[in-house]
Amino acid sequence: MILTDDERGMRDGAEGPAVAAAMDLLVRYGEALGAEHLCEVRNVAGTTTQPSPAKARLVAEGGWERAFSVINLDSDETLDVPPMRVPTCQLQQGFGADAHGVPYPAEFVDLQSDAEAFYGRRGVNILATCTPYQVGNLPVRGEHVAWMESSAVVYANSVLGARTNCEGTASTGAASLTGRIPCWGNHHVTNRLGTHLVRADLPVRSFRDWGLFGYFVGDLVQEARPVLVGELARPDLTDLKHLGAAAASSGGIELFHLPGVTPEAPTVEAAFGGRVPEAVGYGPAERRTVYDRLNDQGDREEVDFVLLGCPHASLDQIREAARLLEGRHVEAELWIMAPRALKAVADRSGYTAVIEAAGGRILADSCPAMSRAAPEGTRVFATDSAKQAHYLPAILGIEAWFGTTAECVDAAVTGRWRGELR
Amino acid sequence: MTAETRVRAADDTEAPLVLRGRTVVPGVVEGEALVSHETISGWGGIDPATGTIIERRHELCGVCFTGKILVFPGAKGSSGWSGFFQTTRLLGTAPIGMVFTVTTTKAALGAVVTRVPALSDLDRDPTELLRTGDRIRLDADAGLVTLLRRGPVAE
Repeated sequence: MILTDDERGMRDGAEGPAVAAAMDLLVRYGEALGAEHLCEVRNVAGTTTQPSPAKARLVAEGGWERAFSVINLDSDETLDVPPMRVPTCQLQQGFGADAHGVPYPAEFVDLQSDAEAFYGRRGVNILATCTPYQVGNLPVRGEHVAWMESSAVVYANSVLGARTNCEGTASTGAASLTGRIPCWGNHHVTNRLGTHLVRADLPVRSFRDWGLFGYFVGDLVQEARPVLVGELARPDLTDLKHLGAAAASSGGIELFHLPGVTPEAPTVEAAFGGRVPEAVGYGPAERRTVYDRLNDQGDREEVDFVLLGCPHASLDQIREAARLLEGRHVEAELWIMAPRALKAVADRSGYTAVIEAAGGRILADSCPAMSRAAPEGTRVFATDSAKQAHYLPAILGIEAWFGTTAECVDAAVTGRWRGELR
Repeated sequence: MTAETRVRAADDTEAPLVLRGRTVVPGVVEGEALVSHETISGWGGIDPATGTIIERRHELCGVCFTGKILVFPGAKGSSGWSGFFQTTRLLGTAPIGMVFTVTTTKAALGAVVTRVPALSDLDRDPTELLRTGDRIRLDADAGLVTLLRRGPVAE
């Protein structure tokens, strides 16, 4: 890999051992990819504060310096951690001290609080959400960034037109200290053109519709770049968030194009940069298959737990949940996951009060999958998120139902799943 | 079909089956292959504490990869992939090598931080030509995967 003079300097220790270790990791990683050089980034979204047993052990051995060195720089040495070289934010993490009653280890709450102090002092913005783009972190079109979190990556590439690969804990750690990431994959314009044309032959309108369509598309094209056309209503932020997260769960999609909606696809032809391939159709049979697949982990109709807000809820979703819950009372536990900054707005707007009056709650910072935590005794959960329906059964060993937000709220109120695809 | 025939011919003449690929992480290792025909998730797909695949819909659900050479099409799902495989190294449950067909940032970084020899972009499909239980030699320095001995046939 070709390095600039500055990069060679960093690798050789001109800016201290932590930066040298970061550059060493980036070189090993760049070579693993077959990248020819690095590109400059000044927006990193990674994870340092999220507790785990392995991290707790490293912190006990040698403090946060040790945890950062081993996990975020892939170094065997324990190195002093300098301030972040470029703006860096913390993605979703564990639960905080205000998540009363959530079965989550108290030592992890303390560990995370300690981590926030350590990394905050070094310039990590503790956004604590999988949707940094909802709380002020909006890279501009064409900007090279280094983000992890598959649902945020697909949003940044597709909806914002920023350029990032699906980075990991170590590569974002190294990027935060160097302002560099391998220039490979999605960083090259030629790798951003569409590869597959997928046509919806039935209306895709609701939040659930976008999740089902995304889950279908991800399974269909895996790591490729789909261009989506057909009977698509104009999506909003919430729909696009669900579409991308679903597509990045059933497959590894990091970039999609919606001609007329997303910035790199003014037209279908522009999305492909020339020849348009034949379309694959998404009709009633395909939708039924996807729906059944997302619901094949559900057996018992008694629902103990309802989860909304994956990826973290938008204000519209929180307000919608409040509207559906108004004057009702939940039988099952109902959690809505949201960015802390948006929860503050929900509190102020009175949505939280309505949700809490119904017996539900808004929780910030984390989610059941990240923190491996659901209400005590949960055997069956329901969600309006294709991503959580995909992952949570494996992570927590529970049954899953997937449906609309209204079906989920009904399940919370009645304690029974009565969702269906009409 | 053709792949099967080619392998059998290779067995008969005792000329070893050799696949060529691109070095992801250098190094040489010999061991038993664990072959997945489906892509693998890290976060929500494996349990690093036990080195086991836990994705319920996965063909290898419940199978342990510790000490095996993992042969798979590529990585899918969350960006936690590399971190989860790095954790298998820290907890001593890691595979000893990786062979995958499609290079993605998840798989490449995952192999780097697992610190095991790894190859990708092979000239033929390793998930079709190799079977779980096969004894293989992964020479990631030279970019070669060699079938040393067929494992017992499953069915």
